[in-house]
Amino acid sequence: MFGLFESGFQLFSWGNALMLLIGGALIYLGIAKKMEPLLLVPIGFGMLLVNLPLGGLMDYELQITNTTGVPAKVISIEVDETSKIGENDVILQLDSGEILAPIYGRIKQVGVSPGQEVAPGEVVATMITTAQTDQARLPTKPIGLLSRIFAYGIMWQVIPPLIFLCLGALTDFGPMIANPKTLLLGAAAQFGVYFAFFAALATNLFMPDGFTIAEAASIGIIGGAEGPTTIYVTSLLAPHIIGATAVACYTYMALVPIIQPPIIKLLTTKKERAIYMKPQMREVSPLEKIIFPLITAVIVILFVPMSAPLIGMFMVGNLFMTCGVTDRLSKTAQTTLIDILTIFLTLCIGATMTAGNFLQPKTLLVLFLGVVAFATATAAGVLMAKLMNLFSKQKINPMIGAAGVSAVPMAARVVQVMGQKVNPKNFLLMHAMGPNVAGAIGAAIAGGVFLGMVG
Amino acid sequence: MAQEIIEVPLTGKITSVEVKVGDKVKEGDVICFIESMKMENPILDPVDGTIVQINVTPEQIVKPGETIAIIEY
Repeated sequence: MFGLFESGFQLFSWGNALMLLIGGALIYLGIAKKMEPLLLVPIGFGMLLVNLPLGGLMDYELQITNTTGVPAKVISIEVDETSKIGENDVILQLDSGEILAPIYGRIKQVGVSPGQEVAPGEVVATMITTAQTDQARLPTKPIGLLSRIFAYGIMWQVIPPLIFLCLGALTDFGPMIANPKTLLLGAAAQFGVYFAFFAALATNLFMPDGFTIAEAASIGIIGGAEGPTTIYVTSLLAPHIIGATAVACYTYMALVPIIQPPIIKLLTTKKERAIYMKPQMREVSPLEKIIFPLITAVIVILFVPMSAPLIGMFMVGNLFMTCGVTDRLSKTAQTTLIDILTIFLTLCIGATMTAGNFLQPKTLLVLFLGVVAFATATAAGVLMAKLMNLFSKQKINPMIGAAGVSAVPMAARVVQVMGQKVNPKNFLLMHAMGPNVAGAIGAAIAGGVFLGMVG
Repeated sequence: MAQEIIEVPLTGKITSVEVKVGDKVKEGDVICFIESMKMENPILDPVDGTIVQINVTPEQIVKPGETIAIIEY
């Protein structure tokens, strides 16, 4: 009745209730446990908002057309306006067949009446859905606050590359330039990305409905341990699982201090973990720091053109910081701009997690494969460091390989803490920052490779 | 008696000094904290001994290689 008695309760499901609990848990972890609060608090709240039915923040409008391919007469209308419908529910009976709902949601309006003739392709009804659909097959129009920000900010690939610009302004490549060998460690850790990619593809061997190549690439990239890279790649390849991959990536980054130490311990002896590395490294000149982003951008983009939006923005942000004459730009990128972008990004990511999108068996698999990606990336970095020790006179502490997973600076911090525990004299932080920042570049390149291969 | 010199491992700011001259310290005790790259890094004592000299104060900006403290053992 004029929407007066329209409350969310009638459409509220157990799935929504469960999602409210999960959103609440993320907010709790952020506030009480200080786990990535800047990310988990807005993501959790975004989840709350979209699981309150009829709030409309993440709504998309979808037009249902006569898909039978022939002119047809409407026999009956099978749904009520504003009623909830599931995927493949019958909307209309035509004399030439049925029109089914291509996705879950609710009917906004039925534009035809029984007895009416409809031409092929003619719009017969309008649906509202919160699902992330494949735009090539089911083009939707965002009509909610967050769905608009999501569509034009994330699906148009604006926000993640801009966040990369800010990260560039926050990243000191000095330790990597001082010790270029660490590039190898950052590269080795990308093994986790490809391992998880193949593991995701392997689900097709024992599941009738396993992951597609595009989905597997989006899952693999979780192992790059870079939020914006994961979101960027998933938004291009498999937007319907973006909530799961983003949450996996951000939560595991926060859990790096729990995930990494057992793997590092398993693969190294106490003696190896105690290997002392001199704290002083070569002083890197300002000129080197200016040339580095320029050369990296040119070389990487020539080799992997699809990584241009991420690497290009990363390096221009870095140049703002190192060139010494754009302090205002660098400061804005380091503080205000990254905060603004983070608010948009995280609220939207939380908002993709409606019960319908998130509560699927595949989500659990995505979360599981995400851990696999992180773990194998850590292992590959450590093993690469051990391999390098076989051939070099000056031994490195193999733990710094674990920092190659990126997750800047948490992974480097883990190495520092573990190193100090075994040998209080050791101070590995700066040594670990080398592979750490190299890992961030490696993840962006791996993302570009996937986009070139699958996109 | 042998001396162990604890050096600054990375550029940063001393946020607090946890020991004073004359203190007996054990391996793994925190000598001071250095804030660097938005992280607080504890500087740990590598040997059991006695602090004979401290060269840093809170808020001081330090560079790699500078002496933090000297321990006799």
